[in-house]
Amino acid sequence: MARSKQQKRKFNILEHELVPRHEIVPPDEAIRILRELGVKPEQLPWIRVTDPVVRAIGAKPGDIIRIYRKSPTAGEIVVYRYVVGY
Amino acid sequence: MESLTQTLIRDWSVLEGEVKPLLDEAREVLPKRIYEELVEKLKTVTERHGLSVEEARRIIRYVIDDYENSLVEPAEPVGTVAAQSIGEPGTQMTLRTFHYAGVREFNVTLGLPRFIELVDAKREPSTPIMYVYLDEEHRYDEEKAREVARRIEYTRIANVAREVDIELINFRIVVHLDPVMLEDKGVTVEQVKKILEKLKIGKVEQSPDDPYTLIIWLPMTGTISLVDMNKKRDKILNAKIKGIRKIKRVIIQAMTTPEGKTEYVLVTEGSNLKDVLAVPGVDPTRTITNNIHEIEEVLGIEAARAALIREMKNVLDEQGLDVDIRHLILVADMMTHTGRVRQIGRHGVSGEKPSVLARAAFEMTVQNLLDAAAQGEVDELLGVTESVIVGGIINLGTGMVELYMNPQQVALKRAEAGESGDGK
Repeated sequence: MARSKQQKRKFNILEHELVPRHEIVPPDEAIRILRELGVKPEQLPWIRVTDPVVRAIGAKPGDIIRIYRKSPTAGEIVVYRYVVGY
Repeated sequence: MESLTQTLIRDWSVLEGEVKPLLDEAREVLPKRIYEELVEKLKTVTERHGLSVEEARRIIRYVIDDYENSLVEPAEPVGTVAAQSIGEPGTQMTLRTFHYAGVREFNVTLGLPRFIELVDAKREPSTPIMYVYLDEEHRYDEEKAREVARRIEYTRIANVAREVDIELINFRIVVHLDPVMLEDKGVTVEQVKKILEKLKIGKVEQSPDDPYTLIIWLPMTGTISLVDMNKKRDKILNAKIKGIRKIKRVIIQAMTTPEGKTEYVLVTEGSNLKDVLAVPGVDPTRTITNNIHEIEEVLGIEAARAALIREMKNVLDEQGLDVDIRHLILVADMMTHTGRVRQIGRHGVSGEKPSVLARAAFEMTVQNLLDAAAQGEVDELLGVTESVIVGGIINLGTGMVELYMNPQQVALKRAEAGESGDGK
């Protein structure tokens, strides 16, 4: 999607310092990750489809999202969230 | 003693090649930042003092061991430890309850009341505050910062008018504007006139003898009641001139950046993150509010989690309490686990526990048991609380380990032992 820089400024929330990097995990990789962690998808922390970040990256319910959090103790850590409906 | 006889290497690239396998292991095990720090420190020491291969190996080994030792062990009750680690310093906070610290002219809720607010996930903090950072252009100049401040601050006619009189005899309403306030808020008489015209009460006219007096001529139709007039007066007073809803007051604060420059930041009373982010001149990447729900709505659950941790840490730091941040991270993780911010309490984390007994032990015992009985709920007795209630072994620490015996295996072993002619 082309980012239109028009007079009415639309701020991209993904650029906010509080928002860590989110990305959708491809299905085959998701299966591998779930097996590695030994959990069912719904046992992961959830994130709602209505979440502004989920909308911004266009994820759908059932997707798994990888998040690169900034951690004060470990630098950067990777966590996963499971996209749930409503 | 052998290690001392080994030659010191002063070239990091040579040493790195020597300890490569161990370094690779370290990279696997250690978090990125610790690994990078390790390599960085090894490099400086090698270049400054020299290091033997044996020494380097020992250092890396030691770091890996130390890291593994500090990891949480399986079945460790991290939640209980977190609760105690926050609760104990919290008792010291209670003595200083309801303290307000002034940020210039502001009152900010701090200490225990604020902490309770965060943990209860209250819809709106009792003192909503925003820190509005400005973009490159407006950041370093106070005049330009004021320009943005005026755009944000919610200004009504009431803020710039000295008085609004109803002159029933003359069929008119007279608005006396305050020149000082107009100047302060950056509003012109023209602007006010336009807004009054938009209200469609009557024809607006600037008084010939005083430019700061506006006269609204009421249409001469029908009867005019005093109640009606007062309603019109309120309408005039509450008419918005400019600004953003909910932002009651804006204060310009000078801050020093790490580079030693003076940066102007707007601190606002009242919070409206969504609208403020869209204001020109604002740096939307750094602007924040202390309203966690607003952050969740605008920036998402992960941002809310980060903000929760930051706010909790700030409260504790401000009170001089040293709580390890990992406990706060755990609390924030629990609160945001379901994708929205839940409170720690009846309507959140504790109230949504799967176990009936655990819920009943927390609050509203009778009601919880009654509801559970009516719905035919089953308690699996997996949690700590319910295990304690029924007098079972808790699923924590050594209580989590279960011993399985395979009788066939035992019989086999016995038979083997018997064959060897032991005969005991």
